[in-house]
This record gives sequence, C-alpha cells and structure tokens, in this order.
Amino acid sequence: MSEIVLRFLIGGAVVSAFALLGDLFKPKSFAGLFGAAPSVALATLALTLSLEGARYVATEARSMVVGAIAFLVYASVVSWVMMHYKWRALPVTASSILLWFGVAFGLWCVCLR
Amino acid sequence: MKIHVELDVVRQTKWYEYALRFLFGGLITATAGIIAKKFGPEIGGLFLAFPAIFPGSATLIENHERERKARLGLKGTKRAAQAVSVAAAGASIGSIGLAAFARAVWKTISNHSPWLALLGAILVWMTLSVLLWQIRKRFAPLRRRIKRAPVPNE
Repeated sequence: MSEIVLRFLIGGAVVSAFALLGDLFKPKSFAGLFGAAPSVALATLALTLSLEGARYVATEARSMVVGAIAFLVYASVVSWVMMHYKWRALPVTASSILLWFGVAFGLWCVCLR
Repeated sequence: MKIHVELDVVRQTKWYEYALRFLFGGLITATAGIIAKKFGPEIGGLFLAFPAIFPGSATLIENHERERKARLGLKGTKRAAQAVSVAAAGASIGSIGLAAFARAVWKTISNHSPWLALLGAILVWMTLSVLLWQIRKRFAPLRRRIKRAPVPNE
C-alpha cells in the first residue's frame, strides 16, 4: 500500500513539473513536446529500479517503445481532427484514448507477445 | 517565432488545474505500477507512454485561448482548436523522442550504470525532440508553399 502511495506522490510531482514546463514555453508547438515527456516513465522507472532491478526495468522499457508509437498515432490524429473540425478539446482528446489502447495492444500482440 | 518563456501562464492557471494534473499524474503512475505487478512488466510498460494528462493539458490550452479571445470580444472557437492542434502536433514530435527514450533505457540499463542510463535516455529524448521540432519548423514554409501551389493540368 505504501508503495502505491509513494508512486502516486512521485508521479503527481514529476508529471506536474513537466506540465508546468510545457506551460511556460512558447511557441505552442515547442511546448507540445512536453506533452509527450517521459514523466510517468521517469517516476515509475526510478522507483522500479530500486525495488525490482535493471532487468525488470528493461522489459518495461521495451513495451514502452510500443506505447510511445501508440502515443504518436494518438497525438497525430488529435492534431488533425482539431485542425480540420474545430471540435471541443476534451471529447476529442478523451475519446481518442481508445485509439491509443487499440494501437498499443495491437502492436504489442504483433511485435512483443 | 523563437523559443521563449512566458511566466504569465503561471498566474493564469488556477489552483485546481494544478491539482488535477497532480491527481492524474499520480493516478496513472500508481496504476502503471499496479498493472505491472498484476500482469507483468510486458503489459505494465505500455502504460509508461499513456497520454494521461494530455486531455487535461489540451483543455487548459483551449480555455486559456478562449479567455484571451473573450477579452477582445471574440468567440475564439477556431483559434482555440488551432492552438490545441498545434500543441498535439508538438506532442507527436515529442512521442518520437519518447520512443527513443524507451529504446535507450531498454538497450542500456542492463549493461551500464542504471542511473547513468536513465540520465542518458533523458538526454536522448530532449535532443531528438528539439532536433525534430527544429527540422519541422525549418520545413514548414516549404510545406505551405507546396500546399498552395496550383495543381498542374494533365
């Protein structure tokens, strides 16, 4: 239980710090780079490294490559939809997360399973 | 436009917007840990690149853009959507850097000092992301010219 709380606190702090960095920088396309910063990964991997060791972290990182490719598809689709349809951001970004799940698990099944 | 820092945004952002980011960031980090414990690191690793706070950040950009336009007496719907689109385009470039970060950790962490490997991976993410952003920025005027060019008759 205490490990989960620790993960929550470290994750919240690291993600908030990267999000704040993204807010500060202009132009927006540059600030957007921080939207895909390895914030969750840094918080998780640092903690996992001290608890489970390097081999476990390497396995997580291998799957993360696939997750990042899914993020690329997700962000590209969100960018295209917002530019062409001018819809509200929350429904587009939240519903597109299904796409992330589809691409991530699809690629994982094909490449890593 | 050159890269610069605007501190006004910190004042524009409300306390609950910071709290929401902390909550979502903390939740996804804790969830990734629980998933890795339950289903193994092969599945848990996928969630290290989950776009957990992107919807929140995009909504924040949209709201700030609308507020800015509202102060000028405009609706700002189109401008807000464009701002989110541009930020998402930046995130798509950043995600290539994110994949490179993950690959660097995967390939180096077992053979080198783990903390040095993590530090090296951060440098890989930062360098590649900024480099790709610069390349995209340099070629943007060329892409616009190609789009505007008339289609030749066959």
